[in-house]
Amino acid sequence: MANNTFFIQSSPHFKDRDSVPKIMYAVILALMPAVAASFYFFRFRALWIYLLCIGGCLATEALFLKARKKPMYSLWDGSAVITGLLLAMTLPPTLSFELVVIGAVASIALGKQVFGGLGHNVFNPALVGRAFLQVAFPVAMTTWKAPATLAVDTATFATPLGNLKFQNAVAEGTLTSLKDLFFGNIGGCLGETSALALLIGAAYLLYRRVIDWRIPLGILSMLIVFTGIFYLVDPNKYASPLFHILAGGLLIGTFFMATDMVTSPISPMGTWIYALGIGLLIGLIRLFGGFPEGVMFSILFMNTFVPLFNRSMRPRILGERSKK
Amino acid sequence: MKIKSFPHGVHPPELKEITAQKPLEKLPPPEKVFIPLHQHFGAPAEPLVKKGDEVLLGQKIGESKTLFSAAVHSSVSGKVLIVDDHPHPLARPVLTVTIANDGEDRPLEEEKTTDDPFSLSPADIRSKVKEAGIVGLGGAAFPTAIKLSPPKDKPIDTIILNGCECEPILTADYRLMLEYPDEILKGAELIKKATGANRIIIGIEDNKKDVYELFLEKSGEYSIETELLKTKYPQGAEKNLIYAILGREVPRGGLPFDVGVVVQNVGTVKAVWDAIKSGKPLYERALTASGEGIQDPKNLMVRIGTPFQTIIDYCGGLKDDSNILVMGGPMMGLTQWTTDVPVIKGTSGILAWKSVPLREYECIRCGRCLEHCPMNLVPTQIMKYVKNDMLAEAEAQGALDCVECGCCQYSCPAKIPLVHWLRLGKNKITALKRKKSA
Repeated sequence: MANNTFFIQSSPHFKDRDSVPKIMYAVILALMPAVAASFYFFRFRALWIYLLCIGGCLATEALFLKARKKPMYSLWDGSAVITGLLLAMTLPPTLSFELVVIGAVASIALGKQVFGGLGHNVFNPALVGRAFLQVAFPVAMTTWKAPATLAVDTATFATPLGNLKFQNAVAEGTLTSLKDLFFGNIGGCLGETSALALLIGAAYLLYRRVIDWRIPLGILSMLIVFTGIFYLVDPNKYASPLFHILAGGLLIGTFFMATDMVTSPISPMGTWIYALGIGLLIGLIRLFGGFPEGVMFSILFMNTFVPLFNRSMRPRILGERSKK
Repeated sequence: MKIKSFPHGVHPPELKEITAQKPLEKLPPPEKVFIPLHQHFGAPAEPLVKKGDEVLLGQKIGESKTLFSAAVHSSVSGKVLIVDDHPHPLARPVLTVTIANDGEDRPLEEEKTTDDPFSLSPADIRSKVKEAGIVGLGGAAFPTAIKLSPPKDKPIDTIILNGCECEPILTADYRLMLEYPDEILKGAELIKKATGANRIIIGIEDNKKDVYELFLEKSGEYSIETELLKTKYPQGAEKNLIYAILGREVPRGGLPFDVGVVVQNVGTVKAVWDAIKSGKPLYERALTASGEGIQDPKNLMVRIGTPFQTIIDYCGGLKDDSNILVMGGPMMGLTQWTTDVPVIKGTSGILAWKSVPLREYECIRCGRCLEHCPMNLVPTQIMKYVKNDMLAEAEAQGALDCVECGCCQYSCPAKIPLVHWLRLGKNKITALKRKKSA
């Protein structure tokens, strides 16, 4: 007779195969087309920025896990790698390497670990790192260069949104073509330029049901309505909604940052408010704010409300009578 | 043909093919049975026998004066060896009557059979059900007589027969439905009479099409309606089943009575028929002994009080690498530390396999727990409140509505023991309430 000893555990005894690392690595996989596009447009510069960001994030994470006596396996759950990747993708390719490392350390330290690590942070860590750099080094963070695929030899180069805001591009007729925006043959942050590459990754995440479809739908529809109204009123002054969707950090922010599970609301109702709020803020900043781009601040701003939404909104429980 | 269902839920691997084609076998009664006096929801029964007493098959050996309880009967004939605490599958040791089986199955002398059960009054049916110690055989072991006594102001219109068997691996109810459809339907008719309901609906998941066809054929002979339900866990959870079939929502904190429904497991109604027609109290039940850790899985008819070890031996023993033993199904069953525990009225399965512990991560608020919760709760939020002892907040979030089905934990990618935290929260909240009202 076999002499078996048995585990005692709380039910259920069957578990789904998906896990936190699998979800994280799915996001990393989904980012790969955009990473490849950034190698194509910005060559070796891109590689170094990616390596420094990911390395900086992992090192900072490891330090905090050790200091806080948390299990070391959490380092390889993929979340720190995602933060590194996303941060790199939102940096200008001209940024000096010291600043890249400072950004990576700030992302993990200020964006994630001060709150208690994965699952406890209020803001998207990569965006915290980027916001830190933007505030501390505003000039370095807004110096752009042309992609290697364009034969332009200038020290500085305007992004499509900068062009729109500061050079009156609609009236001048110098607005970047939708085709260039779609393929990424433009200036901008490392990983945000190719709409096509980002959309391939986004489709994969939606298919794998890693991200909540309500978030992209809410942001995009709000932005389309908001910019669409102005475009219809005065097409000689305002850019089309399609331009706004393809330009700048909108797609990477919508599909890869606003959808961060930790920093987006948990209930469907909260999610809708959150997504619509982000869309509206992006429209407001882009059309009337002082910056050409508003994705980062819009997401960070709406992140603030997530704990409140999570506490105050819950779905109607089965058998619960509607409130009078 | 419309397939009905409820929102949310999960699709765990079914694994029913292991035993689905194996007919119910009668397990030879063991040399000794260990019959706990507390096998049901409610107060424990008091022993009616003492060491050295001779008992007969089906003799009542335990009973309680309280309403919320159930009588306990001997599952063999023989001699009482001892009445003392013994390991119990639901937790700590319980007062248990140990009987040495004389192997003769000597029946009670007094005749308890009823020639025409349908001539009985509702009150007679209820008292016979109570006398036979029948409880819900789906697993919760709620005393059936209470379910048959709805409050006066809550008329019952519908009996729902639960033939879902939505737990993976288990096939005992499936076999009962295939092999004893007439007993089940006659038992249901008796329950319809006892409660004054006017219709009987049987709900069957669409992975048991053959059973559905069988009952569809029988619907001419008996006054039953058949409903095909989507194979999804927990389709057989009372509140979800009522919603799927009738579209009625049992109010929070309420019972099926509140929406005019009584739900009965198919095994329970068969037991009702056996008790009333043949005077056989509940001393035997169907169960599935299966899982990848059991050599020769089977569907069995087992005497209450049979040690798990006897059943495992009958099924060829455990595989060497089996490291988890579960009573019930894989989603809601209870792990056991020893094979000495006996089969009780709520034992729907004895399962074993090799379990690999998984790494737990922090909650990343992916929201899958609420996406799958059949009660529409936000398990992770409740878990956080319970962890921080914020019981009022946990209750406001619906902690007490949790049915512990396990969908949240099944789907959790961080492998957080959510059901454990919710259960702890429920216990703490009810303990606090009891203290306040005392």
